[in-house]
Amino acid sequence: MELFTNQVLAGIATGAIYACMALAVVMIYQAIDHLNFAQGEMAMFSTFISWQLMQWGVPYWGAFIIALVLSFVGGIAIERILFKPLAKAPILTNVAGFIALYAIINSSAGLIWDFTIKQYPTPFGSSPFLGSQLISTHQAGMIGVTVLLLIALYFFFQYTRIGLAMRAAASVPESARLVGINTSWMIALGWGMASAIGAIAGMLIAPVVFLEPNMMGGVLIYGFAAAVLGGLTSPFGAVVGGFLVGIFENLAGTYIPGVGNELKLPIALALIISVLVVKPAGLFGRHIVKRV
Amino acid sequence: MTQAQLAQGISPLLAVRDVSVVFGGIVALNGVSFDMHKGQILGLIGPNGAGKTTLFNCLSRLYQPSSGDILMDGASILTRPPHRIAEIGIGRTFQNVALFPNLSVMDNVRVGTHARTSSDIISDSLRLAWIRRSESSINKKVHEILAYLDLEDVAHTTVSGLPFGTQKRVELARALAADPKILLLDEPAGGLNHEEVHVLGDLIRRIRDERGMTVLLVEHHMGLVMSIADHVVALNFGKKLAEGTPAQVQVNPDVITAYLGSKDQ
Repeated sequence: MELFTNQVLAGIATGAIYACMALAVVMIYQAIDHLNFAQGEMAMFSTFISWQLMQWGVPYWGAFIIALVLSFVGGIAIERILFKPLAKAPILTNVAGFIALYAIINSSAGLIWDFTIKQYPTPFGSSPFLGSQLISTHQAGMIGVTVLLLIALYFFFQYTRIGLAMRAAASVPESARLVGINTSWMIALGWGMASAIGAIAGMLIAPVVFLEPNMMGGVLIYGFAAAVLGGLTSPFGAVVGGFLVGIFENLAGTYIPGVGNELKLPIALALIISVLVVKPAGLFGRHIVKRV
Repeated sequence: MTQAQLAQGISPLLAVRDVSVVFGGIVALNGVSFDMHKGQILGLIGPNGAGKTTLFNCLSRLYQPSSGDILMDGASILTRPPHRIAEIGIGRTFQNVALFPNLSVMDNVRVGTHARTSSDIISDSLRLAWIRRSESSINKKVHEILAYLDLEDVAHTTVSGLPFGTQKRVELARALAADPKILLLDEPAGGLNHEEVHVLGDLIRRIRDERGMTVLLVEHHMGLVMSIADHVVALNFGKKLAEGTPAQVQVNPDVITAYLGSKDQ
């Protein structure tokens, strides 16, 4: 039983990271109808920036905040420079754009910081949490930061004018423009926020997976699985999906014979395919009926 | 003498000047001109395909006219991007309703106030004091409009589940929330029954009288147009056919021909 509880809690902790990645993917998907394949690489780059700042002597939380701000600005810059001109381009052009972005960020990180694996510090420590063997303080910190982030985002989208404008712009852009919303900037803002959310995920998971340019590859696939499971049209679903995928991954790795750590990733891919076959809109997504 | 007649002679609130719109080889609008004065209810009529909705879409900057100009208070609106139209006081509704289907009625109306308020993401996130003040004045306004249009009961309902007639009222509420000087109504009576059309006519007149708005009405329902409009412009095949009071336009031989056909054809 202790093993079970232990695995569920560990699943919630990594699930928090998947939830952040899924949320970042869904935010951009809602804004521009494309999946951002480079979301993980953007998060990795942000994590490297915070690491570099710490190497220069900036304390952890200072580096954390600066990296967040730079990620936000960087996300907006990527949208303005690369994806705004592609707004009316066919889907494959956008896909090519995302793959290019992926390769550029990945190689740049390798060029600047090389591909060796680096230790990344945790501000929470890794001793047992509150004296319990079930969960470490870093895992508890991952869950805590994510929950705070989700609450802040909920209030932002539910109760602020810009949050409402962003929801309106994602829902019906034509009508949003007519009530005076600059929809193009709302998309850029969505990119900035998604980039910052990804940065948080990267900085929280780096102590676990270690810092290197390919660190987010697996995490992003789980993030996609979470987004598909929860529904690509539902930010709430993406978050729930993240936690579910985290728990499922850990339990499958522990209890299904032969899965172990090696087959955990194919499980995420199998999950994506099963959801797409059985319930394409995901658990909380809207079915979109096109008028013909 | 009505307010509209008093306003004649003063420069118009909205002036459509020789506007043409060409889609490929099709001339959707061909040199249309007319004026709208403050406080007027202007009815725009014409058979299907006459160019009414095209003209509407020019006014809300969804289409760019190929030639001609549209002046609001003497200044051209054609250099403004679509999202800067609401702030100069042009609000509209759509023929098929273009609400935000997954937002509540209240959020739909709240978003209508966007052009009348300002904030930035940083003060919004930190919930600074002046933002809270403006939020509370927004809420007051939203509640007032919901009450005005009898939508309080459904304020927290998601729009997509509401009947079509109610959705049309929500869309009107969203347009009113921006305090437009000119309200563009695209077939507000479409899909409504006889009784609802009657209520709608009263409502449009009340909005003009009580809220001081000028209304441009595109409508197929002749009874409604003739009973509430001060001034009627008739279009056919993208050209202005006739213009005048409802009584004058009704007896205009060209208009009758356009609607009913002529004996010689």
